[in-house]
This record gives sequence, structure tokens and C-alpha cells, in this order.
Amino acid sequence: MSDRRTELESAPWSGRVRRYDLIKEGVAAVVIVAIVVAALSTLFGSPDDKQVTFKQWAVAAPADFYATAVQELAGTSGTAGYGAPYNHASDGVNLGPLYLAKWLGVTHPVDTVNDFVITPLTTVANAAPVADALKQWQGSDAKTQSTWATNYDTALTKANQDASKVSAGNYGPVPALAGGLLTMAQAGSLDGALLSQGNYFQSDNTKQTLFLGDGSYFNDQSTASNLQGSTWGMMNETGRYPGQAWLWLYSFWYQIPPFNNGDNHPFGANADAWIMLIMGALSIGLICMPLIPGVRSLPYKIKIHRLIWKNYYQEENL
Amino acid sequence: MSADIEKEMWTSKLRKGWQKNLPIEKLLPDTQPAYVASWIYLFGVATLAALGVIVASGLVLSFEGASWYHYSSVGHFVNSMHFWSVQFFFIFMVVHLWGKFWMAAWRGRRLLTWITGALAFVGSIATAFTGYLIQTNFDSQWISYEAKDGFNSVGIGSRFNVTNFGQMILLHVAFLPVIIGVITLIHVLLVRAKGVVPPIDAFNNELGERK
Ligand code: HEM
Repeated sequence: MSDRRTELESAPWSGRVRRYDLIKEGVAAVVIVAIVVAALSTLFGSPDDKQVTFKQWAVAAPADFYATAVQELAGTSGTAGYGAPYNHASDGVNLGPLYLAKWLGVTHPVDTVNDFVITPLTTVANAAPVADALKQWQGSDAKTQSTWATNYDTALTKANQDASKVSAGNYGPVPALAGGLLTMAQAGSLDGALLSQGNYFQSDNTKQTLFLGDGSYFNDQSTASNLQGSTWGMMNETGRYPGQAWLWLYSFWYQIPPFNNGDNHPFGANADAWIMLIMGALSIGLICMPLIPGVRSLPYKIKIHRLIWKNYYQEENL
Repeated sequence: MSADIEKEMWTSKLRKGWQKNLPIEKLLPDTQPAYVASWIYLFGVATLAALGVIVASGLVLSFEGASWYHYSSVGHFVNSMHFWSVQFFFIFMVVHLWGKFWMAAWRGRRLLTWITGALAFVGSIATAFTGYLIQTNFDSQWISYEAKDGFNSVGIGSRFNVTNFGQMILLHVAFLPVIIGVITLIHVLLVRAKGVVPPIDAFNNELGERK
């Protein structure tokens, strides 16, 4: 735009004016919005599907819970193999040569064996077999522990998670530990133990949430509520409520190739990182829009402003 | 001594700059240019009004605690006010954004008005997101479980941990609203200081580009 035009557009307005009561407008807006919002709140309320607890999981899907506990001991769960920021088990997601998560390190250490299974078990009075199993586990070296857990995890997977069909083998105390944790969860004492980890104050739910997500139960609940990321779940809400509709563009990328295919390399497998990058770039683009050639000229080419200021243009013969 | 007193200092510079750019007559004027006559102008103030309802209902929720609305019907109503005012806030803001885009409202040295607006938009998304994380219900469990992967993937998760309820509630009720409040304040003060942008074709006569 010419300098002359910028001068005119930034100078104090010297043309016709009209009376305008900003404060009255503002007060009216607050009152009207408050009334409309109160009306919708009365009519429709707001979503509030009850939280999932470990008790609920262990009672409704005991085999799934039991198998997940075994996976935590064997190190085969999603969390156990996650990598940063929880552990060093893998390199995690990457943007080409950039392993940002890995480089920023393990800032929230999670040891699935002790944090999810052993420590919680030590916080309650266990029945004799479980107490003995704990003693046996704690008295063994890491290599033996890992052999037991891996053997049992493999056998249980082969038996389709049906513990009664697992053939005999060198499992050490693993079945008793998983059984003890199942009993503890069914009694409702695992939620608190996972959170507190033997402490008093605690406000970080990371360990509970990761453990919960390692099983199938939690995922099935979310599928039933249409909350899976692959089906626009990011912008959905439980029940028939609007969700975070403003995340439509963020959610969009997860629906299209190559990002919707986890087996595609490098993009699908690292979709989380690439989409974060795309959205970061688009956000900067929005912030700097008036500086982007082409985009900033659109309002001059597609003349919606002729409608917005229609009356004024007519009155002034412009 | 008297020369010393008259010397410019930070305080006097701020006062003079303020008086020059935003005298009270500009902050609270009786009139607006004749072209400020379209329903599109209502969306800025509507966004502001929705923000007011969000803050008011949010304050009540803060005093009663994050789990209050699960068991109290008054709590559920206040939570619903918070929920619906957020929905309206975003609807108003998006219409406002598109309106300002088609008006090319960054013209005439109003770039910073656009930038603060866009920052408010991005910041509001972050604030709303942390709000969804502290619902203390199934939705917030699931959102934190899913969203962690996004933030972890680029290392943000090393400091911003969505599964940490304590961190999320503090950010949602303290840090982020303050940021949104300050950005919005600057945004609105800039609009008052610069005056509402004239129509795109307002100066065609003077510029000799008559259509
Ligand atoms: C917290 C969110 C926001 C609030 C409360 C807000 C509020 C306002 C208000 C009250 C006005 C003056 C009245 C009007 O023209 O509508 C205004 C003007 C403006 N807004 Fe926003 N706004 C917000 C977000 C945005 C966004 C997301 C953008 C664009 C990216 C934006 C861009 C602008 C521009 C460029 C103006 C100046 C218009 C002019 O000079 O005519 N605002 N805003």
C-alpha cells in the first residue's frame, strides 16, 4: 500500500461521526450473553461422564487388568517401552534427525515394575501367597525377575489372556503378584496408592493415567464415546455436547494420509510431531498474516468489505 | 535545581506518551466514525462479554473446588455456565477474526492490534485445553492420555505435563487467564488508541482512485 494511504488510514478520523455509547453497548452485551448462557445451561447442562477408576476396570475386565499388570512387570506395556520423558526404553518420536523428546530427557521418570506394581502392593496388608511372592521378587536379581516376567507374559499372551489356560513354567512369583494387584484394584485401593506412591500430598496423576491407558478397557470406553483421535475424537465431547470444535484443523491432519497410517515412515509413524510442527507454523502464520504477501491482499480482491460497509459507501458515494 | 526537575524521566515519559496516545476522551469517546455501523462490530464486544461470563463463573468454580460440580446441582449449573460461555466465546471470536480479516483491519499501523488478537486466539485455545484437562471426569482422563503424545513428541511434554493435574489446574486458573487478560487489555486499548480502522475504499476520492 502507498505511504499516502497508510497516512490517511492511521490519522485520526476527520469525517462524519455518529453518537455511540461504548459503555452501554458493553453492559448490554454482558447482560445478553449471560442470559443466553444461563438459558442454555438450564436447558442442556454440561457433559460429565464419570471418571474411570482402577476398581471399575478390575471388576469389569479382570483378565485385561491382570494381563496389563503382567506387561508392566515384563516391560512390554506401552508405557514401559515409551521412551522420553518417562524412561530410556526407546528413542521415541522424531522429526527427521531431530529427536526432541529424547534430547529433552527423562523428566517424569516412570518405572512400571516398581511404580505400578511393587510399590502399591507394599502399601497394603497382603494375603500370605502375595506377601511371599513380594518377598521372593524383592530378594531376586533383576535378571531373574525379568526372566520370570517375560516367560509369563509370553505364556499369557499365547493363552489369549486366560490365566487358567497358561501351561506350567518358570514364572516365579509373577502370577501371584499380578493376582495380588488385581485383588487390590478390585477392592478399590490401587487408585490412591498409584497416586500417592507412599506420600501424603500428591497432585500428579501421570502414573495412574499411563497405567490406565496401557490396558484395553480405557481405550474401549473412549471408542464407545467416539473420542478416538482417528475419528475426530480430539474435537468431540462425551454425550451430545459440542467439544473443542476450534481444534478442527488440528484434528483434520490425523484423518488424512500419510498421517492416518502409523506404518508409514517417516510421517505416519511420527504424526504427532509433524502435526504439532504444522500447527505451530500455521499459528505463526495467523499471527503474522498481515505480513504475508498474497494472503493479505485477499480482502482487496474478494470484496466482502463492500457488504460490511455497504451503507457508508452508499451514503458517501464511494 | 529547577532544570533538574524538568528533565525527562521514565515516569514523565510514560505520562506524556499515555496522554498523547490515549487521552481519556479517546478511551471513552461519545462518538464513533459514521462507518462504525455494521453488526460485525458487535463481535469484538460480544467476545469480551463472553470472556467476562467465563471469568465470573470460573471464579465461583475456583472457590468451590474442581470436584464440586459432580455432586452439587448448583455446581453443575455454574459449570454449565462456564462450559457454554466458552463455546460462545470461541464462536464470537472466530466471527470477529474473519470479520477483521475481510476488513483488512490491520491497515493504518494497526498491525499490533491484529497480532495481539491472534495471540489471544492461540492463547485461548491453550487455556480452554487446560480447562478440559481439569474436568476431573472421563473426558479429562482421556484427553490427558491422548494429548500427552502430541506434547511429548516435540519435547514440550518434558516441561508441560498434561497428565499432571496439579500443574494443569494451576496453569488454567492462574497463569493462562492472566496472560489472556493482559493480551486482551492491550488489544482493546490499542483499538481505542488507534481508532476504528476506516473502510478500505474510504479514501478513494482523496487518492484519486475513484471507482
Ligand atoms: C480475546 C479475544 C478477543 C477480544 C475480547 C477482542 C475484542 C475486540 C474489541 C472489543 C474490538 C473493538 C470492536 C470491534 O471492532 O469489534 C476489537 C477490534 C479488533 N480485533 Fe479483536 N478481540 C479478540 C480477538 C481477536 C482476534 C483473534 C483477532 C484477529 C486475529 C482480532 C483482531 C482485531 C482487530 C484487527 C481489531 C481492530 C479493528 C478496527 O480497528 O476496526 N481480535 N477486538
